[in-house]
Amino acid sequence: MWQWFHKLGSPRWFYQISGKFLPWLALASMVLIVTGVVWGLAFAPEDARQGNSFRIIYIHVPASFLALAGYYVMAAAGAVGMIWKMKLADMVMVAAAPLGAALTFIALFTGAVWGKPTWGTYWIWDARITSMLVLLFLYIGIIALSRSFSTRETSTRACAILALVGTVNIPIIYKSVDWWYTLHQPATIKLTGAPSMHPDMFKPLLVMILGFYCFYALVLLLNTRTEILLREGRATWVKELAQPK
Amino acid sequence: MTTLSGAFFGVIRRDLSIAMRHRGDLLNPLFFFLIVVTLVPLSISPEPARLAAMAPGMIWISALLATLLALDNLFQDDFTDGSLVQLMLSPQPLWLLVLAKIIAHWLVTGLPVVLFSPLLGLMLSLPEEGFAPLLLGLVLGTAVFSLLGAVGAALTVALHKGSVLLSLLVMPLYVPVLIFGTSAVQRAVDGMSYGGVMAMLAAASAFSLLVAPFAAAGALKVGING
Repeated sequence: MWQWFHKLGSPRWFYQISGKFLPWLALASMVLIVTGVVWGLAFAPEDARQGNSFRIIYIHVPASFLALAGYYVMAAAGAVGMIWKMKLADMVMVAAAPLGAALTFIALFTGAVWGKPTWGTYWIWDARITSMLVLLFLYIGIIALSRSFSTRETSTRACAILALVGTVNIPIIYKSVDWWYTLHQPATIKLTGAPSMHPDMFKPLLVMILGFYCFYALVLLLNTRTEILLREGRATWVKELAQPK
Repeated sequence: MTTLSGAFFGVIRRDLSIAMRHRGDLLNPLFFFLIVVTLVPLSISPEPARLAAMAPGMIWISALLATLLALDNLFQDDFTDGSLVQLMLSPQPLWLLVLAKIIAHWLVTGLPVVLFSPLLGLMLSLPEEGFAPLLLGLVLGTAVFSLLGAVGAALTVALHKGSVLLSLLVMPLYVPVLIFGTSAVQRAVDGMSYGGVMAMLAAASAFSLLVAPFAAAGALKVGING
């Protein structure tokens, strides 16, 4: 039963299996994102107060979700790599860092663009925006650290430690919404209870979130596969792969 | 073979006596602290009312920068002369020795900054009610700075030009402490109770005391092999 767990330790097995997933993930994320974008931008009702400018929510919210979730993915992969010395988890961690940083940047950027028509300013020192910025700094720190060691193994171990220490900050990022409520609206989607959005606006958002999750998984797999090829360059199966057929 | 406590206090005593023999290095972060605070009225306004409004934040930020400046020395010299590797080879648990090093480091860098801060509070015309939470908050806060900073210092010890990277790594981690620390002072100045905020600071320092020595010990093993 636990065999799949052992198999996960083998980069070669993962490379072959993930190759089969890739087209499906690509298809799913494309369908979901295209549906979500068209539905959200063209068919969802206009917001009573914000007009059309609220539609950026369909990019902003999924990106913010994954920016945070991406940190957990990275920290969890780092922990697994550290505890079970699993090479594959190390590679996932390295692959997750730039992806998370990019999503955090997208969340911040779309937030700023959204803030201009809504609040009349691009940037506001609100708790949630600030904690997103701190999250971006955490990602940048990890990327900077990962580039400064000479061997890949050392840099992954170092990044895993830093990511785990950084996780201390993540609950504070979540909690900060409750701590200081300033200009930013309170969390729109609650896991318990009905969403405070109109269902017609909410459904395309849900589609977009699912689409972003699929897209995240797709890019993470692609990044991890690249990392596998880079690290296992000496293995015979990689050399065979590189041979022209 | 030395006992556990013997090794622990031995490391503290050794680090303290090394620090005492380089008194100049001890004073440098303090002067840095003083100079940064001097730049504030010069660059913004010498008006007491405006200074008082910024005093809590400015003192906390300069205290943060001063401890950050000193963090480099935590493991660097010992790494260069090889005694850090000796510590790692010793039969005592590494996290305990790392904790001893952090305590010694806090005594020679964090504590002087704390003791110096009332003077800077005076210079920035901080209202009287702010002094007690400033001192108390800085005691707890600089401890967190040293503890969390040790993890970053351990990760970057073997790197060339590690000091810029070090500040990049640890400054985001300092954010909550800075928020609680300044808001404690601000609340006291505004006549509100600051017990709750101070409790959060105390919780942060207790938690980092629990976690940081292990993380720093792990980081040292990684950092030195790299």
